[in-house]
Formats: sequence, C-alpha cells, structure tokens
Amino acid sequence: MPTTSENWNPGKAVNRHPEISYEEKERLFLEVKSDPRYEDFLYGCYECGICVSACPSARFYDYSPRVIAQAMAREDVERVYDIIAEDIWNCAQCFSCVRCPRGNNPGGLVTLLREVAVKNGLQETRDVLQGYSRVIYKVMLKGNQVSPDMLQPDFFPDWGPWVAQFSANMHVWRKAIPVDTLRGVTDAAWKTDRKTLLELYTIWFETGNMDIIKEIDEGLYDLLAEVMEEELEEG
Amino acid sequence: MLITVEEILERKSHPVIRDPEQAPTHDIHETLHELEAKGEIILLRVPEPYVEVTTKFGRTKKIPIEHTWHHKSCGQCGHIPGYTASIFWLHRQFDLDYVDPTDQTSCTGWNYYASATSNAAAQAAVMCRNFAAAYETGYYPLIHCGTSYGHYKEVREQLIHHKELRDQVRRILGKLGKPLVIPEEIVHYSEWVHVMRHRFAENQRVDMSALTATVHPACHYYKIVVEDAIYDPDIYGGQRTATVTALLEALGIKVADYSTWFDCCGFGFRHVLVQRDFTRSFAVLRKIETMKNEVNPDLTVTHDTGCVTTLDKSQFAAKAHERKVGVPVLSDAQVAALAMGAHPFRVVQLHWHSTDWRPLMNKLGIDWELYWDEFEEDLEQIRAGKKAGITWEDAERPVINV
Repeated sequence: MPTTSENWNPGKAVNRHPEISYEEKERLFLEVKSDPRYEDFLYGCYECGICVSACPSARFYDYSPRVIAQAMAREDVERVYDIIAEDIWNCAQCFSCVRCPRGNNPGGLVTLLREVAVKNGLQETRDVLQGYSRVIYKVMLKGNQVSPDMLQPDFFPDWGPWVAQFSANMHVWRKAIPVDTLRGVTDAAWKTDRKTLLELYTIWFETGNMDIIKEIDEGLYDLLAEVMEEELEEG
Repeated sequence: MLITVEEILERKSHPVIRDPEQAPTHDIHETLHELEAKGEIILLRVPEPYVEVTTKFGRTKKIPIEHTWHHKSCGQCGHIPGYTASIFWLHRQFDLDYVDPTDQTSCTGWNYYASATSNAAAQAAVMCRNFAAAYETGYYPLIHCGTSYGHYKEVREQLIHHKELRDQVRRILGKLGKPLVIPEEIVHYSEWVHVMRHRFAENQRVDMSALTATVHPACHYYKIVVEDAIYDPDIYGGQRTATVTALLEALGIKVADYSTWFDCCGFGFRHVLVQRDFTRSFAVLRKIETMKNEVNPDLTVTHDTGCVTTLDKSQFAAKAHERKVGVPVLSDAQVAALAMGAHPFRVVQLHWHSTDWRPLMNKLGIDWELYWDEFEEDLEQIRAGKKAGITWEDAERPVINV
C-alpha cells in the first residue's frame, strides 16, 4: 500500500499482512525474543544509520538493518512480521552492520528471525528456499556445502565458458591435485570417513535439525531421513 | 570533557596502540579457564612453538607454527583447490608437522548463514565434534575458512555464556563417545601465514616488487567477534586488520588503498548460489570496478573462500557488459606459494580461476606456458591411465626462479 498524506501515520505500522492474525504475529515475535541470543544482539538503537551505510544489501534492495533493530527494540509486532515475510532473505550475512556504536548485531537478529521463519515453515520462506534444497541435501548428507560436481554450466551460466571447460575436465583435474584428501573426489569437497558422517547424522537427529527440515520441505526430509536412517542402522 | 581539534589531530598523527586493560569486551580466556577448572570442558592448548600476536584491543593471541590439524574449507577444496594445496605446500617447504584429516566435516556455517535450516545446538555440536576429532589426534586445529573461523568464534561465545547449550552439546557428544573440547585460541590459517611471512620472504624466488595489489579483508575474519583479529600499529596505523597486507608488504608488493575496502565482496551465502544478480553487481560495482578506477591493481588478494570465488567468478558477466574489470584474484596463501616458486598449476592450480591471470604471470616474468605444457602432460598421462594422479612427489619442489 503506497504511503499518502491520508494514511501516513508515523509510529503506527500499516497492517501489510492482514491475512495473518495479530496473535500469530505476536507469537512469532515472542519466539524470536525468547531466544537466549536475543539479548546479546540488541541493546537499543540511536538511529545513527552506521549499519545502513555499511550494509551491502541496503545498496541493492529496499532493506535496512536500522529498521530491523528499531522495530525489534520498539517491539512493533506488525513491522517485525513484515520484516520476517519480506526482508530477512535479502541480508548478505556479512556482519558489516556490527559497526553499531550501541553494540547491536542486526545480522544476528536476522539469523534469529530466519530460524523462526524456517521452524514455523512460513510460506514466504518455503518459496525463497525452494531453489536451495539441493545444497541442503549436500551439506547434511556429505558434510560439505559445495562439491566439484555442483559446478555445472546450467547452474552457473554467468560464470562464463570456464564452467563448461571445467565440467568437461572435472575428473582428470580432480586427480591432478597433490592433496591426498582431495585427489579424485568429485561428489564432496574432500574424502570423509564413514564414521564421521554417521556422527554428523546423529547430530542432525539429536539436535532437532531434522525436524526443522521436515517443517520447511517434507520431500527433502523424506530423502534425507531414508538415507541417514539406513546408514545409522547399518552402523 | 571537551576534546580540542589539536588533541584529535595529535591522536591521529601516530599509530594506535591499544591497552588491553581498556578493552571494551570481556576476555574470553578467563571464562574458558574457569570452565576448565570446573571440569566442564577440555581446554585444548596451543602447542609450542607458537608466535604471540596482538589483536584488536591489544590482547595477545598465540598462533601455532606446527603440529596443526587442518580444518579444511568446503568452498576452497571444492572449487579453489589451489588454495588448499598452497597452504599445505607452504607447510611442507618448512617440514612442519601437520595432519590433513578425513575425520572432519565442514562447519556448516555457510548453510546456516544462507538458509537458517539449523539451530544453535546443531552448530555447536558440529563444531565440538570437529574439535574433539582434532583432540583425539593430539594436533591443534587450524581453520582454513574465514566463515568457519568467524562462525566458530561466535558459537564458542554462545557455549561459554549459555550453560543449557553446553549441557545439551555435552550430552550429544557423549552419544558419540567424545568429550566437550574447546581450543584456547581459534586460529585462522591467514594468521599462520601472517606470522610466517618473513620466513616466506627469506625463501622468495620470484621478485614481486613490480606488482601493485589491493587487499580485500574478509568480513567473517574481522567483523564477527571483532576482538580476535590481528591488528598491528605498523599496518594502517593499527586501524585495520594487518593480515594479508603485512604478507604482501613482506614480499615486496605495493599495497594500494581503495575507498571501498570495508565493503563485503557480495558473496551473501544464499545469494552466490541462487541469487547471483546481487552478488555480481556488488562484487563488480563496489569492489573490482572501484579498485580498477582508483588504483588499477595487478591483482587483488584476500583470505577467505567466498571472497576469492565471488570476486573472481563475477567478472565474466560484467566484462560482457563492458564494465571495467579484469583483476586476477588470489588468496594470500597462493601468492606466498608463487613467491616461493610453487608450480602455478600442480600447486597453485590457476586453471580453476576464471579471470585472466596470464597478464599477472607475464608481469612477474613467469613462463606460464612452459608450466602449462608440463601440466598438460600430467593430464594426458592421467587420461591414458599411466598415472593415477599428481602427488606431492610431483609438486613439492619449487620450480619457478625468476
């Protein structure tokens, strides 16, 4: 809704998401606020804008770490929900904003907001993470975020002809690396012991991480759980 | 109290020397020792020999020289293997004792900063599992990735301040048969490079004095848990981190300043994988093009995984749009290895970099075509099944001498 002289009402946020009840928005805000890290990340805000001047996302998106710190400090439930639904995935997580003279950590606040958005399976967050599932699959199963076989021309056309050249030579180039743990490995970043991966799978189940995946992407959860449970059973 | 202009100018006229007694943050080491005394954690101590350096608020940090357990980086090993190979090659040149483990996972921090599909307990358990694996070998963790380094420091703070988290992680590690281990220092490989820089310079075989370089300090190295990064009054007057810049100066390279040094590279974690319009724009408009316009460097040097990838790979599309690009991107470890004569392809693996590095090699007087022919021969032998792969036996010896 555009701001006009009629609806301009400083101090009171416009309800941009009337489909969500105030009670639900408040529940989500309180979930963020109850995180033990919350008090370490927010001390108030001078509105000096140092965080904004350092923020890469503020240069390219309609995004402001200052607004996030402000809305959370004011406990503006409506505005915080807008931020969860519209803003949090713009943050580059570089933490340039921790220049804050009050000691705020707006990037840290974003991680808390993101965790709550993921845990509650919010539709906007499901949409944003849809194209990212294969990365989650890789990191949870292989213990590595990226691997050589992810460098495919279809996924990285903007990286130029180098990607096609690499892709055609991947197997031989990987053998031509002197580091023992890397040589010849294409489906992970390095050779990892099976025992190490079983320990990692145990961590995902024991910490509730698998429940988080189930909430955000049930299909991905089924794929991961099937492989991990089978591996853990075999021991 | 009113501060006069003269007082401000006087303060700015000499390097900043910080007094640890005036540090605005609590010294985490005190709490770590208390937790160790209570039997809550095993505190992994930095092995000798180590070098003491000064961090942002004037405190001292110990950097181990050897007996290190290399916590590799998934982005480096997966997409820039010459970065990892150079770190190990440098160790091998000085016969330093190290372990390259297979009992290691990535920190999973990249995924956390990209998708938040994790939680505090999972992040802490992954970190402590890796540290316990290092402890079992008797070696000390050296962290290759800037994000792992920053993330682990953040997680260490959370573990120290929240007993419930410690208890939860200890219970999970117990199921794995591992104790709760925290190192007394979390050390980034670029800090090791920093303290080794004069030894690299003593063994330099390639004159680099004709080069002008820019430095991109990695955000997760010095912006997360800020007090732990190395600062030196002799580098930028102690106002910026000294890592990378001090190495380049020791190797005789001219370091040129540029106005957007504080900006991130545009990596964005999620963005570089699935929303690269942001990454490309930021990397080119705020970093590469600014460097090019202001100082026209021969190369830019950084010390983290994502920064090398982002700054290097983003230049292709920008070139198509006739932007001012064409700055080769290397890590500090690769520059040090080249300076000491490492093979440009068997070790430094320049063929994994997409921005044209040939003008840089030519300026250094390195006959890269000669080394590429050698490497092509290696590849042919591997393709023909005559050779299983390149080993340290093939790559260990310094070859460049100009």
